[in-house]
Amino acid sequence: TTAMAEPTGLGRPATPDEVAAWDIDVRPDGLGLPEGSGSVADGEPIFAERCASCHGDFGEAVDRWPVLAGGIDTLTSARPVKTIGSYWPYLSTVWDYVHRAMPFGDAQSLTADETYSITAYLLYLNDLVDDDFELSRENFTEVAMPNAEGFYPDDRTETAVWKNRAPCMTDCKPEVKITARAQVVDVTPDDPTSKHS
Amino acid sequence: MTEKTPTSRRTFLKGGLAAGGALAAAPALAAGDPAILEVQPWANELGEGVDVKPYGTPSPYEAHVRRRNVPWLTADPVSSINFTPLHELDGVITPNGLCFERHHSGVAEVDPAKYRLMINGLVERELVFTMADLKRFPRENRAYFLECAANSGMEWRGAQLNGCQFTHGMIHNVIYTGIPLKTILEEAGLKTNAKWIMPEGADAAAMTRSVPIEKALDDCLVAFAMNGEALRPEQGYPVRLVVPGWEGNMWVKWLRRIEVGDMPWHHREETSKYTDLMANGKARRFTWEMDAKSVITNPSPQAPILHGKGKTIITGVAWSGRGTIKEVHVTTDGGRNWHQARIDGPSWDKSMHRFYYEFDWDGSPLLLQSRAVDSTGYVQPTKNELRAVRGENSIYHNNGIQTWHVNANGEAENVEIS
Repeated sequence: TTAMAEPTGLGRPATPDEVAAWDIDVRPDGLGLPEGSGSVADGEPIFAERCASCHGDFGEAVDRWPVLAGGIDTLTSARPVKTIGSYWPYLSTVWDYVHRAMPFGDAQSLTADETYSITAYLLYLNDLVDDDFELSRENFTEVAMPNAEGFYPDDRTETAVWKNRAPCMTDCKPEVKITARAQVVDVTPDDPTSKHS
Repeated sequence: MTEKTPTSRRTFLKGGLAAGGALAAAPALAAGDPAILEVQPWANELGEGVDVKPYGTPSPYEAHVRRRNVPWLTADPVSSINFTPLHELDGVITPNGLCFERHHSGVAEVDPAKYRLMINGLVERELVFTMADLKRFPRENRAYFLECAANSGMEWRGAQLNGCQFTHGMIHNVIYTGIPLKTILEEAGLKTNAKWIMPEGADAAAMTRSVPIEKALDDCLVAFAMNGEALRPEQGYPVRLVVPGWEGNMWVKWLRRIEVGDMPWHHREETSKYTDLMANGKARRFTWEMDAKSVITNPSPQAPILHGKGKTIITGVAWSGRGTIKEVHVTTDGGRNWHQARIDGPSWDKSMHRFYYEFDWDGSPLLLQSRAVDSTGYVQPTKNELRAVRGENSIYHNNGIQTWHVNANGEAENVEIS
């Protein structure tokens, strides 16, 4: 590839323990998964205690917190419900994200076994495994997600919107009508310093 | 004694609209204008000394110029968004304190003495840098816009929020000082199978994205300053990644680690989020570039025309993640006829551009739009052209043309037109 410059010697070598402490990411091929396992039955009480106050007992969500389960076959509907089961392509993303960033406000507090358990329970909530399922590093990559084939690379430059068009400058259309108005929708926050308040 | 309470522009505006066109000219009094005839307090009394404000703040008369949020958009203000007041700004540089914020676990308050940047993975040498180390690498200064992928995302189904701050304000444009990412990757030494990098944040969301190595070696910066001073905490203090032209989510703040790998990680922010659902139920992934876009900032719903008919300045901003802005066209009749706007100020690559269109307003209603053309020849599309390809549920990357309806009073509204 590119010609590499000579190192300046700035910085210092990272120790193996330091790399292990921060390098917690997991890939779809399972690279990064630690030893461990957890079952649907293990996951249910952990989910109830650590997750359900925002995500609901069944992953259905409280208020505007994210819905984690359901929504199968809604991706072409007017209001798609994008969940782990209906939308996410890889199970590794569930494990990685829960372990990295959840519970909200107490991130990186879950052990590897707890994370396997919660992941197994989320698969169960999405009707993807039976209630006796146990997830481990060994069987992890055998789990296929329903929407694994639902994604394709950015193709914007192949579309009609992209193809160079000579923009019209004069007499471009006969008439113009207003078709939608924000004041009718009326969802803009009041500004205490504006005339609209 | 003259009243000393600051009169905000909004109070002024309130009075102005109530009085119709009366404010179009200065008061015509027989003797003259009291603002001239009477000695004003600032011409009589002593002002503050140089020891009062070691770090200055805007005039109290500008107190309305502020970031705003929309509470109903998100479940919680900690994983949420606020908006830059574009309608109150001019030129191309966003003041640091007004740059919109987007956090996923709030603002991390990182102690720079405990700041560490780790490079690991497919490199010859896995390394750790301190702030002091980073400041010994050769630096660059570059202006870039940072636009959230979701900017204008609430407008896919129609006109919703009434103001360019809300429809277009998930953007800022500042001058970064930083180290080319290429320099740091070369320090670690890339292995021949290095194809992707994964920046990771130090906050509780531990934001991660996959970035192809070509982009990492091209123009990305590991930045520690914005507009000449240290990054603001809400913008990633002490160090953030700068990914010019690409969606804001990838500009990882509080950057703690860069892993080098041979394939993308497909993490939450590039699968569940920042993928664009099409009408057929399939979704685009890795939609990194922010396409050419523009918006008229004045007049706009939060900034009506107050001066009545006559000389009128239309101004706004335009930008493209694929280069510079070559032209901006402005229409006052809903796209029947277009005029070349005047671009003024610096025309930097992947940076905001300022445009003006000066005209005589005859007081009749207007349908204002702006249309950007970038240096690749790409022409900013209408919202309907985008919807024809994508449907209404792709959330991100809405760069469709914005319309403001200006009525005979000079008030503006966010509308869509046929």
